[in-house]
Amino acid sequence: MKKWVAGVTAMTALVLAGCEAGDVENQTGDEGSVKLGSMFELTGAVSAYGNAEANAVSLAIDEINEEGGIDGKTIELFEYDTKSEDTEAASVATKLATQDGVSAIIGPATSGATKSAIPSVNRAEVPLVSPSATDDTVTIDGNGDVQPFAYRIGFQDSFQGVSLAKFAETELDAQTAIILGDNSSDYATGLSATFKENFSGEVVGEENFTADESDFSAVLTRIKNEDFDVLFVPGYYEQAGLIIKQAREMGIEQPILGPDGFGNDTLIDLAGAGNVSDVYYTSHFSVNSEDPKVQGFIESYEETYGSEPDMFSALAYDAVFVVKQAIEEAGDNAPTAVNDALAELSDFEGITGAFSFDENHNPIKSVTIVELQDGEEVNTTEVSPK
Amino acid sequence: MENLIQQLINGLSLGSIYALLALGYTMVYGIIKLINFAHGEIYMIGAFVGYYVINYLGVGLIPALLLSMSFTAVLGVIIERVAYKPLRKSSRIAALITAIGVSYLLQNGMIYFVGPEVRSFPQVVENSLYTIGSFQVSKMQVLIIVTTFILMAGLQFIIQKTKMGKAMRAVSIDSQAAELMGINPDLVISFTFFLGSALAGAAGVLVGMYYNSINPMMGYAPGLKAFIAAVLGGIGIVPGAVLGGFAIGLIEVLISGYGNSMVRDAVVYGILIVILLVRPSGILGKHAKEKV
Repeated sequence: MKKWVAGVTAMTALVLAGCEAGDVENQTGDEGSVKLGSMFELTGAVSAYGNAEANAVSLAIDEINEEGGIDGKTIELFEYDTKSEDTEAASVATKLATQDGVSAIIGPATSGATKSAIPSVNRAEVPLVSPSATDDTVTIDGNGDVQPFAYRIGFQDSFQGVSLAKFAETELDAQTAIILGDNSSDYATGLSATFKENFSGEVVGEENFTADESDFSAVLTRIKNEDFDVLFVPGYYEQAGLIIKQAREMGIEQPILGPDGFGNDTLIDLAGAGNVSDVYYTSHFSVNSEDPKVQGFIESYEETYGSEPDMFSALAYDAVFVVKQAIEEAGDNAPTAVNDALAELSDFEGITGAFSFDENHNPIKSVTIVELQDGEEVNTTEVSPK
Repeated sequence: MENLIQQLINGLSLGSIYALLALGYTMVYGIIKLINFAHGEIYMIGAFVGYYVINYLGVGLIPALLLSMSFTAVLGVIIERVAYKPLRKSSRIAALITAIGVSYLLQNGMIYFVGPEVRSFPQVVENSLYTIGSFQVSKMQVLIIVTTFILMAGLQFIIQKTKMGKAMRAVSIDSQAAELMGINPDLVISFTFFLGSALAGAAGVLVGMYYNSINPMMGYAPGLKAFIAAVLGGIGIVPGAVLGGFAIGLIEVLISGYGNSMVRDAVVYGILIVILLVRPSGILGKHAKEKV
C-alpha cells in the first residue's frame, strides 16, 4: 500500500514537473517562427481521413516554408495523433494551445473530435480550423451562438442535404425518393432531415441501417418493390459501397445519391466498378478541375506521397492557406489576432473553391456534385448556395 | 408471395453463416462448458487469411477455403493450449473472462497489424444472378448455402462415424469416465477446437466473398448473434446450432423485410433473454443425450 502511494506521488510530481517545463518553454518561444499545430486521426477507425489531411497539411507547410514562410517567418509544425478518440482530441488540443503555444490549430478531421477539441481552444483562446468537420453544430454552441475560436473549410451537412435535394429535382427530374440511411450517426440523420425538408417531391420510404451491418438484402428487396425515382443513401463509404453492390446486383437501377462520405476510392472497390453507375455524390473538390492551382496541388501531392489526393487532403491544404492569409492580414501571429483576422476572412481563393466565412464561421462556397459511371468520375455539376 | 420467397432465400444465406459459427460455439461448450467468445475473431482472421492467399498466392475459392480453414484450425488449437488449458481446473468465470480477453487481443492485434480500415475482398468467383420464375438467387448465395451443407454433412460424419467423433461424444458426456476408458481428453478438446475453428475460418472466407468487405471488427456482431443462435437451438447440441443459425438468419431478414429494420437487433437480443427465461436449454435441449 505504501509503495503504491509513493508511486502515485512520484507520478504526480513528474507530471507537474512536465507542466512547468512546458510553460517555461512557451515563454521563451522562438520569435523568428510561426508555430502551427496539426492534430489528426493518424491511427484508429477514421485514420484514412486523418492521414490524408495530415499529409496535405505538412505538404502545404513545406511549400510555404520553401517560398520564404509567412511574412518572412518559417512555420514550425507541431503534429499529434488523436487516435480517432474524442477524449484524446480534447487533451491534444489543450496541449497544443497551452504548452506548445501555437498561433492556430489545424484539425481534426471528424465532427465528433472537433466538437470535443473546441472547449479547450475556447479556454486557451487559440483558433482551430477543421478541414472536414461537416456537422451543423460544430461552429455553434448549444445556445445557437457562434463558437468564437472554431472554423471549418468544408460546407456543413445541411447544405449538402439542400444541394442534393435540389440536384435530384432539377438534374434528375425526380418526383419520388427513398432514403436508406445510417441511423447510428448524427451525420446521416442530419442529412436525411435536411433532404426531406428541401425535396419538393415525395419521400415514399425511409429505411435505416446501423454502421456495423453488411447484409442489406432484406431491406433492398423491400425497396425494389417500391416505385421511386432516386435512392438517397446518407452514410459513409464502408456501407454505401456494399449497398450499391447489393442494390445493383439485385437489379435496382435508379440513380443513387450520396453525401461527401462516399468520397473514398474504397467505395468503388467495395461495390465493384461495374456496379458504380448512376451514382452521384457531393464533393468538396474535383481532381478533374482545370484550375492550374488544383493541378499543381495534385502533382506535388502525388510526387510526395505516391497516391492521388482526395477531397480531404484538398480541404486540409486549403486550411493551411486560410490560416496563412489570416496571419498575413493580422500582421501578427498572436492567437487572438489571428482569430480576429479569421473571423473577417474574405475572398479566399483555394483549391476547393473561393469563399469567405459567414457570421457562423462557415465557408460560403458552392457544392460540387460528382457523377460516377462504371466507377469513373465522368461529370461534375456545381450547385451554388441559395 | 414471391417477395416472401425472395426474403427466405436472403435469410437462408445469412443463416448459413450464423449456423457455421454457432457450430463452433456449441461444440466447444459441449466439451468443456466454455463459451469461447474469441470465436467471432477466429472467423475474422479466417476472412483475412482468405484475403491474403487470394491476393498474394492467386489461388481460387476452394484452395482459399482450405488454406484458411487449416490456418484458423491451428490457431484455434494454439489459443486453447495457451489460454484455456491452464485454466481448465479454475472456475468457469475465469475461463470466460480469458475468452473475452483473447477476443480483444485478436481484434486489436489485427488492427495493429493490418489497420482498421475496411478493405474489399478479391472476387475470385464471378457473381451472377439466376432468375427462377419471379425470384432471383445469386451464385454467391447458392455457393454459401451449398458449402455450408457440405461442411455440416462432413462434421456430422466425423462426429457420428469416426473414432475421434466417438471420443468427442464420450468426453462431452463424462470426461473422467472417458479418460478411464483410455481416451486422452486433451487431444479430444484440441480436436474440437480444431474443427470449430476450421468452420469459422470457412465462414469468414464465404462472408468476405459474399459481402466483398472485411475489417478487423467484423467478427464482433456476427459472433454475438451466432452465440444467440447456439443458445436458441440449445447450446451444446450440434443440430441445435444449425437450427438456431437458420432461425436467427430468417428472423433478421423477415423483420427487415416486413417490419422495421430499426428493431431488428433488439428483437434478436430479445430472443436471447426470452430463451434464457423460458427455455434455458434451448429448442432442442430437452431430450439431449449427447452434447457434441
